Amino acid sequence: MEYLIGIQGPDFVLVAADNVAASSIIQMKHDYDKMFKLSEKILLLCVGEAGDTVQFAEYIQKNVQLYKMRNGYELSPAAAANFTRKNLADYLRSRTPYHVNLLLAGYDEADGPGLYYMDYLSALAKAPFAAHGYGAFLTLSILDRYYRPGDSALSLIRLNKRFILNLPSFTVRLIDKDGIHDMEKLPVAPGG
Amino acid sequence: MALQNVCDLHNPPLFPQWSAPLSRSFMPEDSTHLSGGGIHGEAFSTRLPGRGSLSPLEFYMPIAEYLTESPINFGQTSLSSAPTKLLEIDHLHPSLPSISLPPPTPFPVSPSVPLPFTLSHGTTTLGFAFQGGVIAAADTRSSCSGLVACPASPKVLPIHSHLVGTTSGTSADCALWKRILARELRLYQLRHRRRLSTGGAAKLLSHMLHPFKGTELCVAATLCGWDGDDEKHEQPITEKHANTPTNQMTASNSSGQSAASGASATCGPRVIYVCSDGLRLQGELFSVGSGSPYAYSILDSSVYWGMSVQEATEVAREAVYRATYRDAYSGNNVDLYHVTAKGWRRRERENLKEEYYREKERERRVIAY
Repeated sequence: MEYLIGIQGPDFVLVAADNVAASSIIQMKHDYDKMFKLSEKILLLCVGEAGDTVQFAEYIQKNVQLYKMRNGYELSPAAAANFTRKNLADYLRSRTPYHVNLLLAGYDEADGPGLYYMDYLSALAKAPFAAHGYGAFLTLSILDRYYRPGDSALSLIRLNKRFILNLPSFTVRLIDKDGIHDMEKLPVAPGG
Repeated sequence: MALQNVCDLHNPPLFPQWSAPLSRSFMPEDSTHLSGGGIHGEAFSTRLPGRGSLSPLEFYMPIAEYLTESPINFGQTSLSSAPTKLLEIDHLHPSLPSISLPPPTPFPVSPSVPLPFTLSHGTTTLGFAFQGGVIAAADTRSSCSGLVACPASPKVLPIHSHLVGTTSGTSADCALWKRILARELRLYQLRHRRRLSTGGAAKLLSHMLHPFKGTELCVAATLCGWDGDDEKHEQPITEKHANTPTNQMTASNSSGQSAASGASATCGPRVIYVCSDGLRLQGELFSVGSGSPYAYSILDSSVYWGMSVQEATEVAREAVYRATYRDAYSGNNVDLYHVTAKGWRRRERENLKEEYYREKERERRVIAY
């Protein structure tokens, strides 16, 4: 089952996604990247039905880039999140709804870091931490217990490592005022 | 008269006007249309249709009515009313020739038409990339629920000189969409003076299949190709044979140049899996179909980047053989294609029955020993 997690810190957002692309029982790819770069400081993490994820995420990605080309400046994370939500909502009651669950993470010069949770019914919520998938049931309670708004990046990465589930590896990225940084790809750590 | 012989119509009852004399069907006002000499006039007059009758050149083409019949009437075991309908028709129209006209059945226009038979992805196909290019292999059994519809169907279809695609799912859908993809790639090549990359071809196919998501269209293809430099055609024509003469694959001398460009970003071997439900994955090894788990177990343990062409061929062949051994819906022969920078080459189709007997013989000898 696919898994996404995002945690917002004082001046950064930390996001991680698993790397599995599965087709029924077969794991077709074990190094699949589920994060789509919308702009220099915005990442869209997308899980859900097989073709819908890529189609929808690429559609949003290209539209955000088009906005930048037309207007000369980039969309803010809040604007991008609302744009994504509007598109998801428009397709929801059409004949081809997109069954995707999203996390949008970004850093804005004015507003600071932001993490937006969106589900396939196009509900949008800005949250300090969020997760999708079966792993969310396990990790949200841990986050509820241990999350402090002022946590530094390192402590949150350690927290992240603690609850890696039975998925082989994860891609972890950090967004701060300098852009998107790749953290190391975490393999499964026995015993946390 | 000559026309009648050519058309091979022997006074069918639907064309009473064919042998009618000219005066009967020839209206007075039509004489104004006849201009020119006598012979031409006569020729025209024999061809001029009378009012309200079919043109004599028009054949009776039953195709239109044939297609309005719902295809679900063929072989559908649950529908027991189909044969009785045909009997009624014969009764009502005794004057018809032996062509039995299907009734204009108003079949229910439902969003999903029930299929005449259960479909299954009964196949084993695989594709993997290594330093010497890409290997694409598949079995050749087309199954139709419990029946082997065709024991020698090609499941690896070449799309252009440097791209082959393995097909899984509905055979007809795969064949059609492969042809559409080949057409679109050729148009791209003509317009832009370069071959579209394998990734681009996969994206194109994926986007073409996207509108059909949710319908019963089922195509699961692995595109195996070589992305090359622009227009470097060093004798690609001579290598593009349909058959290699022997089962031995000579080590491709493109392995030298491929080693240099093997892992490069823009050119080299590519394997991309495209599915009609929208999944599009690039990787180094894919296997699709009901026999794919069996093939995966062989491939996962034996495939590595540095293997030789000989090794790769053997592994692919072994993987398909093991899958056909265990999977009921895969079998008969194995097709193998090898794609390099110079294009694709096809290994001769091998009947796996021989391999099975050879293995049994080996086992017997071991036991006897």
